Amino acid sequence: MEQGDFQARIDFQSRIDGDERIEPRDAMPEGYRKTLIRQIAQHAHSEIIGMQPEGNWITRAPSLRRKTILVAKVQDEAGHGLYLYSAAETLGAERDELLGLLHAGRQKYSTIFNYPTTSWADVAAIGWLVDGAAIMNQVPLTRCSYGPYARAMTRVCKEESFHQRQGFEAMTVLAAGTPEQRRMAQDALDRWWWPSLMMFGPSDGDSPNSAQSMAWGIKRFSNDELRQRFVDATVPQATHLGLTVPDPDLRWDGEHWRSGEIDWTEFYEVMRGDGPCNRERLRNRVAAHEDGAWVREAAAAYADKQAARAAA
Amino acid sequence: MSEGAFTAAGGHGAVPTTGVPSGEGAPARPRAQPLWEVFVRSARGLSHTHVGSLHAPDAHLALRNARDLYTRRQEGVSIWVVPAAEVVASSPDEKDAFFDPAGDKPYRHPTFYSVPDGLTHL
Repeated sequence: MEQGDFQARIDFQSRIDGDERIEPRDAMPEGYRKTLIRQIAQHAHSEIIGMQPEGNWITRAPSLRRKTILVAKVQDEAGHGLYLYSAAETLGAERDELLGLLHAGRQKYSTIFNYPTTSWADVAAIGWLVDGAAIMNQVPLTRCSYGPYARAMTRVCKEESFHQRQGFEAMTVLAAGTPEQRRMAQDALDRWWWPSLMMFGPSDGDSPNSAQSMAWGIKRFSNDELRQRFVDATVPQATHLGLTVPDPDLRWDGEHWRSGEIDWTEFYEVMRGDGPCNRERLRNRVAAHEDGAWVREAAAAYADKQAARAAA
Repeated sequence: MSEGAFTAAGGHGAVPTTGVPSGEGAPARPRAQPLWEVFVRSARGLSHTHVGSLHAPDAHLALRNARDLYTRRQEGVSIWVVPAAEVVASSPDEKDAFFDPAGDKPYRHPTFYSVPDGLTHL
């Protein structure tokens, strides 16, 4: 390592330790840059793939009110993806390349979006649980060491809280409805609870990279800490709804709600590509991209023509 | 059990942090849409502030996209879009030298001067 590099590394770490932000053109270790691009890109992929499970219910929303809310929410997810791709690009990545890696299955997205939405109650459960878990993850990211990522997260978190509340409200209506609606609500909780807990990632003992991300100020809390916060926050909400959390081992230890063992085999299967909807999600994404090619080409041709006219 | 490293810090749930290409430094494709920096005036009386960037084939669509992306909740009353390639920036490498001239001039601040107790309007 050259003397200059060494000094740059010390400057970088002291900036992080002093809780200062790193900005796009600052010198930064290659590992930091790569880790962030990978993480931000996969976060962006999760947002845009996440449009599919809920988009599935837009045409069948039970009322115009629910439909307009759902359209706004799904549009937000697209927006969140774009904020994040934009943040990744400040680190030297190309958006087209990142999308190419997603389409080729080489970069991943959150496992949660590979589960099917089989009833309207699933839309409610996703807002309540999945967006609730996302908020737990994303709020600490508003203080992450990389400026553009932190700023994108601030914007995302403001919008995400609408997502969680609309889901909880929809769940409240179902839980207080007819016996059939109640069953739908309970069924959705039964199916989304464990995948939501898996969203926080493997237990701390199985997350060897966390320490580095913490030292870099990217990650502020461990997977298990965040998961515990989510469980503590969500169990009383389920009780309020009169629903049962599908965990026979769930118990209150005087300070926290302790959940039973998570089936990590399922998590790794879904991550590998063998979840219920992996192929369908990716196929839809690639098709949407390819079906939109003519629009991008036409817009580029129009821009060229206008530019040529302006120059003439 | 462990199959590589995962982090949930990526927002919407755990994603792998190893065994995945970063996508950094990939060559731009010939027809990539240009990048635009977006500035929004949040209310009359305030300056435009940088909010982020987006891709669009031309200025007209960049403005439309900026409206849809950055003002879905009435966050702005006016938008500027600027081709990112046209932004000229100071270099972080020469940051110290570049901003040094102001470093030894505390007398430019009112706090440099002492004011006798009991006097106001100074």
